[in-house]
Amino acid sequence: MNALLLRAVSSRLFWPIVMLLLLVAINVIAFPGFLTITVKDGHLFGSVIDILRNGAPTLIIAVGMTLVIATRGIDLSVGAVAAISGAVACSILLGSSDPGSFGTVAVAVAVALLIALVLGVWNGFLVSVIGIQPIIATLILMTAGRGVAMLITEGQILTVDSAPFKALGSGFWFGLPVAVVIGAGIFALAALLTRRTALGMLIESVGINPEASRQAGVRARGLLFAVYTFCALSAGIAGLILTANQTAADANNTGLFIELDAILAVVIGGTSLAGGRYSLAGTLIGALVIQTLVTTVYTVGIPPIITMVFKAAVVTAVCLLQSPATNAAFARLRQRIAARTARVKEAAAS
Amino acid sequence: MTSTLERPATEAPAGRSGIRSPRRPLDRVRDLLTSPKSGPVLVTAVLFVAVFVAGGIRYKGFFSGQVFLNLFVDNSYLIVLAVGMTFVILTGGIDLSVGAVVALSTMIAASLLQSGWSPGVVIPLILVLTSVLGLLVGLMIHVFKVQPFIATLAAMFLARGLCYVISKDSISITEPAFVALAVTRIPLGGGLSITPSVVIALVVVVVAVWVLGFTRFGRTVYAIGGNEQSGMLMGLPVARTKVIVYVVSGFCSGLAGVLFSFYTLSGYPLTAIGTELDAIAAVVIGGTLLTGGYGFVLGSVLGVLVLGVIQTIITFEGTLSSWWTKIFIGALLLVFIILQKVLTARRR
Repeated sequence: MNALLLRAVSSRLFWPIVMLLLLVAINVIAFPGFLTITVKDGHLFGSVIDILRNGAPTLIIAVGMTLVIATRGIDLSVGAVAAISGAVACSILLGSSDPGSFGTVAVAVAVALLIALVLGVWNGFLVSVIGIQPIIATLILMTAGRGVAMLITEGQILTVDSAPFKALGSGFWFGLPVAVVIGAGIFALAALLTRRTALGMLIESVGINPEASRQAGVRARGLLFAVYTFCALSAGIAGLILTANQTAADANNTGLFIELDAILAVVIGGTSLAGGRYSLAGTLIGALVIQTLVTTVYTVGIPPIITMVFKAAVVTAVCLLQSPATNAAFARLRQRIAARTARVKEAAAS
Repeated sequence: MTSTLERPATEAPAGRSGIRSPRRPLDRVRDLLTSPKSGPVLVTAVLFVAVFVAGGIRYKGFFSGQVFLNLFVDNSYLIVLAVGMTFVILTGGIDLSVGAVVALSTMIAASLLQSGWSPGVVIPLILVLTSVLGLLVGLMIHVFKVQPFIATLAAMFLARGLCYVISKDSISITEPAFVALAVTRIPLGGGLSITPSVVIALVVVVVAVWVLGFTRFGRTVYAIGGNEQSGMLMGLPVARTKVIVYVVSGFCSGLAGVLFSFYTLSGYPLTAIGTELDAIAAVVIGGTLLTGGYGFVLGSVLGVLVLGVIQTIITFEGTLSSWWTKIFIGALLLVFIILQKVLTARRR
């Protein structure tokens, strides 16, 4: 029994799952109808669905971020990329004669994602070709990117009125919110591509030692390009969802602090920032923990604006639990229990 | 910018083929420019002069002493922030919480002054609180081996959140003594004047130059940035120094917050978003190596002045909008990081 419990505790997903269950339990106590899901006009409604929908942009970015972090990198520019992609889509919709038509929206979305792709290639170039530390390379786009987004919107908040575009943020598809479907799709895509092929292992090998993996024949440079591009693309998609949800592009506030939420989700999920190992399932749980935390703060009746204090508490708790000092303490505990069981067995045998 | 990047490349063959004699003035200039220690600072100094002269040629009234002094008046808080950030980056760390701590200090100042506390109590209290926050971050980094980036990220969340706990609206400062200190101008003669904030910022700079250049603590900071392992083997107090740099950064952020509230005479939870990036940019443009080990406080001051000059030019231009500032800062950051790369690669 003890051994089973210890193995569960030492699993990387143990603490995040405990945290998620704890939050859900608090919600159920504070608001008994929390887990009920109702069907209206064939669409699903309920607090859980809200959590999934509002958490989708963070999850989408966090999936990209997980792969970047697995290569021992980090991408701080995702918030700015999200703002740029939203700004591009809205300015195209505003400039067209028929913003409500499906074709126009398709063009706007395609151009926005293409630009996000280019920004990802830029990040990948700085990191893999020029060899700048990832945190600094993406800091450049984080600073300049908001400026670029403001340049596109000319410093204004662009409000658009387009039904197909709005559906990206608040529409339903097969009874589920569109954002959730997109989020699930990207998650599944990333999981299939990296876990059903050798790609994930190659990414991890780059994260452990880029030089050694290059000499072993891994195309480290190409992989870095790929993960930064994928991360920027997912940021672009998240930016479109966020913008569509507000039906407005706000260069200053779209995706503000979302890079921190995404990193937080990855870290809560047990992926080490030192690179080399990652867990997409952990990231999913991490994103859910963050969004459930936000919802809990609402439900319990604390002013929602204070959420950041709780996020700080969660980051601190997770980091302290994952730290080598804590791990060493757990290892000592485990040894002591093992020694005691051995002694008990000896005593029983004699 | 390309010309400065190309210069070492074009001169290199001559130096390599000929007999190397460090006494030749041209060689010495080249050595200074290509050294990772002084090269980036010199390039920044040249850039600052060039941009200032270009501004003077283009705009009437740009070449005045007051425009130059206003660089200090408008950026005194950023100078203090950059000083604290220099300590952290010299050890190879980074502090992302400074912007949020500035905002928190303005909030504490505004709310306590509003409820009738005396500035003589409030200002020391802020400095103590932010230093304690820095201490906690430092301990988290040292004892629990949390990456500096993540630990300061948590501190950033905490500080921003606490701002909202205090109030989610702007609080104006009307306390007479505080306002008097804020609006005082110190005349320098010839119609020029500075504010007390500038004096405070310059005192901080002088103290920092002394600490980093002439004390055992300062040498340990450089040693940690150079190679932490070696520092430890040499018996330097690595642990204590690593924690103290975050205390220094916390203290500087608190002081910067006080100076910022002199400047705006209010507290607002959303102030200083992205200021940590300005501070990092100033330090990097000032020639401090992001991996630690090389850099000067005076370089960081120069970095702040470069950012200030760009801001001033954009103000003089009038038609250019504020977003260009962000794009320019990003571009400058890129150029200087690539420059650092080139300079350090040549030395290896």
